[in-house]
Amino acid sequence: MELNSMDKQALLTAVESKLKAQFGEGFISSKLNVDFPEFTVKRDLICEVVKFLYDDEELAFQYLTTMATIHYPDNQGHEFALMYQLHNLPNNLRIRIKIFFSNSDVNVPSITSVFSAANWMERQEFDFFGIIFRGHPNLKRILNMDEMNYHPMRKEYALEDGTREDKDDQMFGR
Amino acid sequence: MSKEKNINTNKEVVEKEYSTLNLGPTHPATHGIFQNVLKMDGEIIMDSESTVGYIHRAFEKLAERRPYYQITPITDRLNYCSSPINNMGWHMTVEKLLGIEIPKRVQYMRIIIMELARISDHVICNSVIGVDTGAMTGFLYIFQMRERIYDIYEELCGARLTTNIGRIGGLERDFSSKAWDLLEKFLIDFPPALKEFENLLMRNRIFMDRTIGCGGISAERALNYSFSGPNLRAAGVDYDVRVMNPYCSYEEFDFIIPVGTNGDTYDRFMVRQQEMWESVKIIHQAIAKIKKEPAGIFHADVPEFYLPPKEEVYNNMEALIYHFKIVMGETEIPKGEVYHAVEGGNGEVGYYLISDGGRTPYRLHMRRPCFIYYQAYAEMIRGGMLSDAILTMSSMNVIAGELDA
Repeated sequence: MELNSMDKQALLTAVESKLKAQFGEGFISSKLNVDFPEFTVKRDLICEVVKFLYDDEELAFQYLTTMATIHYPDNQGHEFALMYQLHNLPNNLRIRIKIFFSNSDVNVPSITSVFSAANWMERQEFDFFGIIFRGHPNLKRILNMDEMNYHPMRKEYALEDGTREDKDDQMFGR
Repeated sequence: MSKEKNINTNKEVVEKEYSTLNLGPTHPATHGIFQNVLKMDGEIIMDSESTVGYIHRAFEKLAERRPYYQITPITDRLNYCSSPINNMGWHMTVEKLLGIEIPKRVQYMRIIIMELARISDHVICNSVIGVDTGAMTGFLYIFQMRERIYDIYEELCGARLTTNIGRIGGLERDFSSKAWDLLEKFLIDFPPALKEFENLLMRNRIFMDRTIGCGGISAERALNYSFSGPNLRAAGVDYDVRVMNPYCSYEEFDFIIPVGTNGDTYDRFMVRQQEMWESVKIIHQAIAKIKKEPAGIFHADVPEFYLPPKEEVYNNMEALIYHFKIVMGETEIPKGEVYHAVEGGNGEVGYYLISDGGRTPYRLHMRRPCFIYYQAYAEMIRGGMLSDAILTMSSMNVIAGELDA
């Protein structure tokens, strides 16, 4: 069956069955998030999953749109989420892959062997969140200065100085 | 071979040495703050390493402390050559999260603004390619046209470069009659000016010899590096967000996606050149469509997200309440996770937004095309001449603001 870019549900089912058949336990869950089919897989398998989706003849997700880390400090045991957005250009199919892991072990397999574009994207995530990408050829800071000793996008670094007392925000939202 | 060779050394063979050259961070030919440490063999580049981040301003972090409408000025400063496109992309992302339907007339007005922005972006890039090949004239002539576009922006929103144009839910004001006049005059004057510019460079033997085969990249490598926009199309891949995932009713418009074959500087130049003609076509179509829509509508009817006019705030209870709620960040924002992309001057400008229902985004990630494709620069200039490296950079249209976010 030809996959249609408008039928997100069919795409979701197709990718899910393929991932389940290939990785079994490695596949965790899936859902349709607004207009993106979203799949959660085991962290250690991410490179294999991306490679599998790249090589699969029908799916052929051969374009890495973007990558972003999300920090959930209150989510015990799964403090970090990393999302990858993949695109199949000929058929215009887009999916999102997510992995969750704890902040006590921030090692993630690098996908630079599949996508050259992942090089700087992973460096950016390392720079801002301190995610260690195993197998990355040149994992060092990219936008911040090299001397910086923390990862500023983590939620514990509030943007405004927490010691200020002249600004009281408790009346309005957070 | 005479025996006098290698008189300064006892060795039989001279060891080859490379020299290191710092191109940038501040160098007139880099058009921005980028550093490239080049390993040179004479004038041939053997290897290079790019250092970026000189104007990093932590946009993604800043966005986590700002209400949604205050993030628009941040997006101006990404690709500042075409800030209206970034603004519109951001508004559409939030509208997608809130589920706001935008009236057709507003969509067409947005298209006019975005296509003007695309023209001003490509005008800068292409004329700078001319400058870097030694042709200053085209740059000076065509910049008058960019100025005219900025005059239109000024009439639409009051600003010229960092426009902060439009609001979540529509535009902040209707196009004035002066704006329509300026637009009309621009559409009359621009095609001959662009044609003149083309005549200077397009079939110019010197320009062609200089740019054909300079800094090329194959379609396979470009895709692997996640290129988008004119740089990807120059390599022969017809990926355009406007056509593949239409927004703002682009599906109703008739235009072509120009593609190149070699992905070199000349192809990038030609793709941008052709895109400007297509943009003019789109603007004409949009004006014709606006004339068929009911006049006077410039925003959607969403009082809880769209600031009411000032005179109503002072005279009308409801407007005052909405004004207060919007400004103080008390509006109900749904929880959700959306990704929306628009075709920016340089390619797919995407916003990945997570809302937890608070007054600010929980996480905002910006897909910045420059940042993603600039990493291929080292590969593209390897084995070439230093002067080709300069030309490759300007033809890729690397904008520091977008690169460093």
